[in-house]
This record gives sequence, C-alpha cells and structure tokens, in this order.
Amino acid sequence: MDWLALTLSIKLSLVTLLFLLPIGIVFGRYLAYKQFFGKSLLQTLLTLPLVLPPTVLGYYMLVAFSPNQGLGLWLANTFGARLVFNFEGLVLASIIFNLPFAIQPMQRAFAAIPREIREAAACCGMSPGRILWKIELPLAWQGIVSAMVMCFAHTLGEFGIVLMVGGNIPAETQTIAISIYDRVQAFDDQAASIMSLSLLLFSMLTISLTYWLTERSETKHV
Amino acid sequence: MSDFAIEISLQQQYPIPLDVQLHCRPGELLALVGPSGSGKTTILRAIAGLYQPKNSCIICQGETWQDTSQQQFIPTHQRHVGLVFQKYALFPHLTVLENIQQALAHLTQHDQQSEALDLLKKVHLEGMEHRYPKTLSGGQQQRVAVARALARRPKVLLLDEPFSAVDQVTRRKLYRELLALRKELAIPIILVTHDIEESTLLADRIAILHHGSILQTGTPKFVSAHPDTAMVARLMDQSNLFTAHILEHEVESNRTRLRWQNFILEATYQPQFSAGQRVCWMIQSANILLHRRDRPSNGDNENPLYGTIIEYIESNGLANILLQIDPQLKIEITVNVPLHVAKRNKLGLDEHIGVSLLSEGIHLMPYQALRKET
Repeated sequence: MDWLALTLSIKLSLVTLLFLLPIGIVFGRYLAYKQFFGKSLLQTLLTLPLVLPPTVLGYYMLVAFSPNQGLGLWLANTFGARLVFNFEGLVLASIIFNLPFAIQPMQRAFAAIPREIREAAACCGMSPGRILWKIELPLAWQGIVSAMVMCFAHTLGEFGIVLMVGGNIPAETQTIAISIYDRVQAFDDQAASIMSLSLLLFSMLTISLTYWLTERSETKHV
Repeated sequence: MSDFAIEISLQQQYPIPLDVQLHCRPGELLALVGPSGSGKTTILRAIAGLYQPKNSCIICQGETWQDTSQQQFIPTHQRHVGLVFQKYALFPHLTVLENIQQALAHLTQHDQQSEALDLLKKVHLEGMEHRYPKTLSGGQQQRVAVARALARRPKVLLLDEPFSAVDQVTRRKLYRELLALRKELAIPIILVTHDIEESTLLADRIAILHHGSILQTGTPKFVSAHPDTAMVARLMDQSNLFTAHILEHEVESNRTRLRWQNFILEATYQPQFSAGQRVCWMIQSANILLHRRDRPSNGDNENPLYGTIIEYIESNGLANILLQIDPQLKIEITVNVPLHVAKRNKLGLDEHIGVSLLSEGIHLMPYQALRKET
C-alpha cells in the first residue's frame, strides 16, 4: 500500500472540497433561483467536465496553465505562480473537473425548496443571509453533503486529468490512482490490488452514503 | 395623515396587467374577489414586496413601502407584513414553536418563547409547540401560519386563500376563529379568495377583480345586490341575469317599466337609464317570492311569472329550483326557497308554480352582451 499516495489523494480531495463547498453553494443557489441572460450557456460550460474525456480536459488545462503562454504566463508574471506539475495546479484542476459534481446536486437541492418557504421567511423579517443560514442550508443540506461526498470520491479516484496536469511526482502529484497505474507498470500486482480494493470499498461506501442521504431527504419533513 | 392604514396603487401592462387603487382602514377586512388569474395573489405579493409592478405606490401607516416614481423600495424583510400563504409555507425542518420564533428574532430567546406560546394559545394550539408541521392537520397548519404571521407584529395582515386547503367542516371552524381574532386586531386585513360566500361571510368590504383591474368595491351585501355591471354580477355568481328594454319611467309611482321578452316588469325608479334603452337586469333569489298554492295573496300580482320546475336540488336547508318560464325561449330563473316551504308547497320536478319578482329587487345595469341572451 502506497500510504504517501493515499495521503496525498486524501489531502487533494479535502483541499478541493474546501474550495468547492462555497463555490457550489453560491453557484448552485444562484442557478436555482435566478433567471438571467446566458444561463443556459453557463450551465453548459459547467456541465462540460461531465462529458469531456478527462484526458481532453487535462490537456486543455495543461495548455492553459503552461507558464510559457496565456493564462499560465500571466499567473507566473503576476503572482509568480506555477500551476503545472505541482500540488497547487492539481487543486485547481480538481476544482474545475468537479464543478458539475458540486454545483448540480446543490442546484437541485436549492431548487427543491418551495419559493413560498423562502418568501415566508422574508415575511418573518429574516434577512437574506439569515434565510440562507436558518432555512435554505438546513433544507438543502442532504444535497450539499451528497455533492461533497461525490466530489471527494471523484477526486480520490481521478486519473487522466491528474496525470496530465500533475504528472507523476511522488509526494507532490502522485495520487493513489496514479500509484496504482505505476504499480501495474512495475508488475507489482499485490500492491495494485490492495490499493484498487481500498478504492473500490471506499467508492461503494460513498455511493451508499449518498443514496441513504437522498432517501432521508425524501422521507423527512415531507 | 390619511384615515387609511394602507393605500395601494399598482399599474402595469405587462407581464401581468394591473390597474389597482385600493385602501383599507385599521381593523377592516377587505376581500379581493375574482376568478383564477385575475391578479389577486399578485396584489398581495406586491404589498409584501415579493413582486414589483412597474408603477406602484404602497403607503402603510404613513410609511412609504414602495414608490416607483421616487425609486423607493423597502425589501420584504424590512416591512412589518404578516402573510398567510395558500399552502401555509411552514418551515418543515422546524417545530411549531421554532416556526413562530423565526418572526420574533428581535426579542431575547426567553421572550421569544413566551410570546410564541402566547400566540399558540391565541390560535388554540396549546401543547403542539414541539410538533413538526408534517404531523399537523391542514387546519392546525393554517393556525400555525396565522400565529407566525401575527408574531411579526404586522402593520397589515395578508391572507392568500387561507381556507382553500381544508375540508368544509374545518373551514367553517376557521371562519369563526378568524372572525373572533379580527376583533382583537386593529390592523387592516386583506383576504384573497375566489369564494363569494367566504368573502360575504368574512369581509367588511369586497373588491371585485377581473384581469388585474378592480371593477367595483363595496360591502358584500351592496355589491351582490347592486353590481355596477353585468360582469360584476356574473363574478358575484348571480344566476338571474338577463337583458331587457326600458319602456317608461313613472315618477309618481316611483316605477320603471321594462320589457323582458314577452313580459312587462316593474322595477323601482332607476332614472339613469332612458326609455327605449337596452339594459341588463338581475334579481337575487332572495327577492323572488313563491306563490303559495294553498293561499293566494295580493302580493302574487307583483311581477308574476309562471313556469315548470326543470331542476330541483335540496341542499343546506334550501331547495334550489330552476324554473322554466318559457319553453320556446328557454327562459329560466333560479329560485331558492327554504326546504320547509318547498315541502309544504309540495314542490318537485315538473311541478307548475308561480313566483313574484319583487320590484325593489330588480336591479338595472348598462347593456353588456351576455353569453346566453334572454
């Protein structure tokens, strides 16, 4: 078992969640409640990572983050930031490819709250911030937790994008999925099988948890 | 300062047409009555600040809540408004007590609890404070919604068809409770309903709405007996609505004569219509008297009509009768008589009976094409 890779994967997943939680809430809520010009286009862009092959997405990120041109060059010149083949780049890539997994369930969870409930809260004198904290988040939390669980599991197992953007640097960008690939290449079947089984069990656990939460949200309070 | 606790002026063409001027006094219950899509709920939402018509001005107890000409708008959470939603919109994840406490955030935790318990007592829900909304009946949920709306110490109480989601028995009970509660409240109450009977029972004044415009306001009794137009009469569910021609006015006898098909009818003097003019007219069932078969009287000579009962339905202590006056022209009038009167006169299907239209009950209105011209 490559504990270093596992630790790195868990660290990457947790840091990604830290960013995705507020991003998902803000975008999910906005998309659920607001009608605006270009909403369909924005939703299409946010859904793209779901349908694009990870290697394609990873390739575009590699090009975009490259310090020799465009965004990567600007980031390097302005902030001195380098986003390819390091952990920071992996985090940004993880955030981008997880956007639909975070935003869509949260959007559905916010949209499921009847408009009258939010309006009744405003009539009770509750400010928009208090409505979010006291009414919307408690009613949408199953959706939010489901989204976070899915993102965590997805990041833990992601291969194509991580390899493209991060490469395969032990302790820096070598996640567990890449480590499994590495072990297979080195004919270390035992290590590959232990790590694969661990990921399989973990994935089953997260999906079960998601289903359980969804069922709870359907039966509770309705 | 104006006598009115709230003054509302809303105008817009699109997307929902609105042309509304309304006011309501402290302690008055005003019912907005109209069919679905007439703009009733939109008006309530505008008062609460949940919808902003293009041109609007709402002044509540001297405080301007919104005035588009001054680009002034106070958001919902800063208006002291109590709104009871059609489906109550209780917070499903909070207990009854917590639901009410949300509207009492300005008080300390201890005061919130005692105030919320007081309100629950007021709406007869003692002992239910720790229940969740889904465990309550429709009537109980409505009471929680009322308590929550009152907890806000509202300057106006808005009720959006609050009785539509409960059964008939509960509804009657809730009517009585609202009538009792309103005696304690010195704020204007605006009730939205499509139920004429409900508005007549509860409201001091009604406003008849159609396509976003107010057609008439007045006491329920006055509006139902004296609608300004045939459209108002129809919206007030007046079934005896017909067209006729004015024959003449007789000032001495305080009479206006009109020709209705083959009949000459006498109404009380209504000089706003000139001789020869085509008009609509209506009469409420309460102004149609049944001729007693066993004992004819002089009153039977007042606008007498004779016909055959073609529909006879007994309900709520009344016999609802559809009387066919002329089979060729298919002229039909609706007559309601107490059940005991119907029984005593042996009324039933195909029976031939006579009725009198009380002349003071015949109300004339400007001509308007009716769906079925009679």
